[in-house]
Amino acid sequence: MLLTAYLTCSYAGGGVSRMEALRVENLSRRFGGLLALDGVSFAVASGERLGIIGPNGAGKTTLFQIVSGIIRPSEGRVLAYERDITNMPAHGRAAAGIGRTFQITNLFMQLSVLENIVLALQAHSRAKYNLLKPFLAYDGIVLKAEELLLEWGLAHRAAEPVETLAYGEQRQLEIILALAQEPSILLLDEPTCGLSPEEADKCVSVLQSLSRSIALVLIDHDMDVLFSVVDRVVVMHFGSVVADGRPDEVKADSKVQQIYMGAVDEYSRS
Amino acid sequence: MKRLGLWPALAVILAGMCLLPWVISSYYLGLATLILATAIFAMSLDLIQGYLGLASLGHGAFWGTSAYAVGLMNTRLDGAAGLVGEFAVGIFAAAIVAAVLGLIALRSKGVYFLMITLASAMMLWGVAVKWRAVTGGDDGIVGIGRPSFGFAGMDLGDHTQFYFFVLAFTVIAGLLMYAIVKSTFGKVLEGVRESEVRMKALGYNVWLHKYIAFVVAGVFAGLGGILATYYNGYVGPSELHLVTSAEALIMVILGGAGTLFGPAVGALVVVLIKSIGSGYTQHWMLILGALYIGTVVLAPDGVFNLFLRWWRGE
Repeated sequence: MLLTAYLTCSYAGGGVSRMEALRVENLSRRFGGLLALDGVSFAVASGERLGIIGPNGAGKTTLFQIVSGIIRPSEGRVLAYERDITNMPAHGRAAAGIGRTFQITNLFMQLSVLENIVLALQAHSRAKYNLLKPFLAYDGIVLKAEELLLEWGLAHRAAEPVETLAYGEQRQLEIILALAQEPSILLLDEPTCGLSPEEADKCVSVLQSLSRSIALVLIDHDMDVLFSVVDRVVVMHFGSVVADGRPDEVKADSKVQQIYMGAVDEYSRS
Repeated sequence: MKRLGLWPALAVILAGMCLLPWVISSYYLGLATLILATAIFAMSLDLIQGYLGLASLGHGAFWGTSAYAVGLMNTRLDGAAGLVGEFAVGIFAAAIVAAVLGLIALRSKGVYFLMITLASAMMLWGVAVKWRAVTGGDDGIVGIGRPSFGFAGMDLGDHTQFYFFVLAFTVIAGLLMYAIVKSTFGKVLEGVRESEVRMKALGYNVWLHKYIAFVVAGVFAGLGGILATYYNGYVGPSELHLVTSAEALIMVILGGAGTLFGPAVGALVVVLIKSIGSGYTQHWMLILGALYIGTVVLAPDGVFNLFLRWWRGE
């Protein structure tokens, strides 16, 4: 099993050796009798953009839950910048540079848009343990939050509770919160899920324009979105990696075609 | 007016409270004193119930523990520890109980948190009832005197002066708690209420924030318990009983969870109904129950939010 880990990480940006941002080794996770992840291994180079596809139930989100520290693996290891973080709590991983978004919108619904972003920005400051200084009295942080809102065209909604935002705006905020953390490894769980084609296009161009200093791991069901953003694709099926390579290689892979084309009826019905 | 927010209203209320001793009888002044101490208790529960989103049925544990600590100290040492000493011990006792219960209760949430806090407080109630040698059992501790207070010749034995003494503590505690809920720490608590997982993913040590909030709430509840004990001159197991904790929970819901000052209004309503209603009928709980149901149906976010909407002209 470990051998596959070493084999799959051979990709390193066309032969130029780059620092490894994230590596998962032989990850398995059981939920009772269900083996949601079964020996998953791959690595992501610093600045690389990796896409993860697979039918529903392939274990993609479980993988994110483990990498971000929300749940623990039954077996295997997670490494960030060659440091073992398998047993590190979620907040420690965030401090180590791992940011993530959620498949199902996960925001502070009753707080304002500005407050959501300021919370994200203050996560790594000492301010979070200050019991007396008002939340919005940190001028530098509030200014930064306002800049982010301007950049994303949400400035006019700054004072609104997030629950009053349109769905597309909430999905945008998902990404803003993760970016506000200034992660070096960003996990995006179906950022375009439920968006209109126009909104999805906007999202894609934002992802394309992200700094190359961020290693990106993107889950998306929309192949067009995925293939237009990533450098490399990992295909998962029933908790295992069945293919790993450049987008054109993966598209041509017979196993992948069988999963997506051969079994079309099986998955389109569910 | 809008920019000033609520402060003018609070200033008027405070001014009214300062005039109270010359307006109402000494019986009602005593009641007002008890309401103020109870208001600290209710506001402290709101820190975890309203802001953190963890409803507790064991908040009386901190209120009652500090009450017993002060009662014991006061009667055993005959007041020799003085006001500051007794306060320090009472607050410390509440903090210790919160620090220990927090370790156990904060592993859970929702209804499990409710049940664990309930069980913990009732265990302390059991100790208070059974450990007669120390707690006096069902009889409690009687004859707790108000210690002398070497400040501007104040005599806490005097109803009016004691009222102002408690009022000062209530105002300071209320302002401190207000600062806390408006601080970054307070907003983090709201973030945890809204989405614990997101807070973790952003890099917040959620457990530590919950724990600090739980202990801080316990300390303020303890302060309320001390003041109530000096008012009553007596402490009994009922201070630790489920009913005390449940009343606090009702005060928070009546006033409006997550509004901080709302639960103080809840304290006013509950203590008034309990004291005045019980003078007319032993079924005063019915009045409270009807009011509770009415609030939940008509103003589910509490009377304070009703007031806020009116104040802002909505």
